[in-house]
Amino acid sequence: MRYQVLVRLKEGVLDVQGKAVETGLRDQKFDAIKNVRVGRVIELDVDGVSKEAARKQVEDVCKILLANPVIEQYEIREVA
Amino acid sequence: MRVGVVVFPGTNCDQDIEHVYAGLLGAETVKIWHRDTDLQGVDLVVLPGGFSYGDYLRTGALAKLSPVMDSIRLFAAAGGKVLGICNGFQILCEAGLLPGALLENVGRRFLSRFVSIRVESSASFFTSVVSKGSVITCPIAHFQGNYFADEKTLRDIEDNDQVVFRYCGAEGTRSDSDREINVNGSIHSIAGVRNRAGNVVGLMPHPERAVERLIGDVGGDSGLPLFRHAA
Repeated sequence: MRYQVLVRLKEGVLDVQGKAVETGLRDQKFDAIKNVRVGRVIELDVDGVSKEAARKQVEDVCKILLANPVIEQYEIREVA
Repeated sequence: MRVGVVVFPGTNCDQDIEHVYAGLLGAETVKIWHRDTDLQGVDLVVLPGGFSYGDYLRTGALAKLSPVMDSIRLFAAAGGKVLGICNGFQILCEAGLLPGALLENVGRRFLSRFVSIRVESSASFFTSVVSKGSVITCPIAHFQGNYFADEKTLRDIEDNDQVVFRYCGAEGTRSDSDREINVNGSIHSIAGVRNRAGNVVGLMPHPERAVERLIGDVGGDSGLPLFRHAA
């Protein structure tokens, strides 16, 4: 199974990269674009275990490493 | 006192820590490689600054999974003293040994400069021999030093006297919004915190780089008193 994990800062946590991108876009006159948030996509395969067990392993690694629960939220997508 | 200096791949302030504890204050220091789990009977574990694992994923995120961290967790739980400076502070937050997290600096720049910090609490081993209110001037060198904690955590650490250092003006004045004082935008100007018991302390600034009058520049040796707890 192949998964995509999307990690981004929680709402309300200042995203300085997003702000920098937004400023750059405003300089290019894309004034209608607002609230840019920059996140991270992590792709991974989980093989040789059941679908439930695979999902559980992805959840577990999100908690212990891929996301920092103090500042980030994550979303898991099964892509194949 | 026997001081263990933990070295991760990318740590670069380990020599500075050995210089202050062993070279200047006569303590014994040993280096502890991050793959080792034996803390060699030390009284204090220091996680120095640097760029462990190249800051991949998040600063301190991969380092918290190093084998040595399990030993440090047990050591801290038993009351052992742990100090994290800069990247070491980031690792301790990632590992859950200290509350909060370090975000990118508000000004979106790597900051390499001097700052002043005020000692806010003497209830930690690291500030046990300096007075509350003392001002230390020392360098910072970080991109992710913007301390963050959610509202509840922030209330808890303020109520329990867990803020150990705050950024301040040269005279000790606090201003959360002044970027010349609270340079990285940290919440409540927090530069360093401790755990509830006071045996785990972390801070972003580098007092170990302000311990010699000869080369201390504007900071002189104002960081030295902090390390005297080991003397």
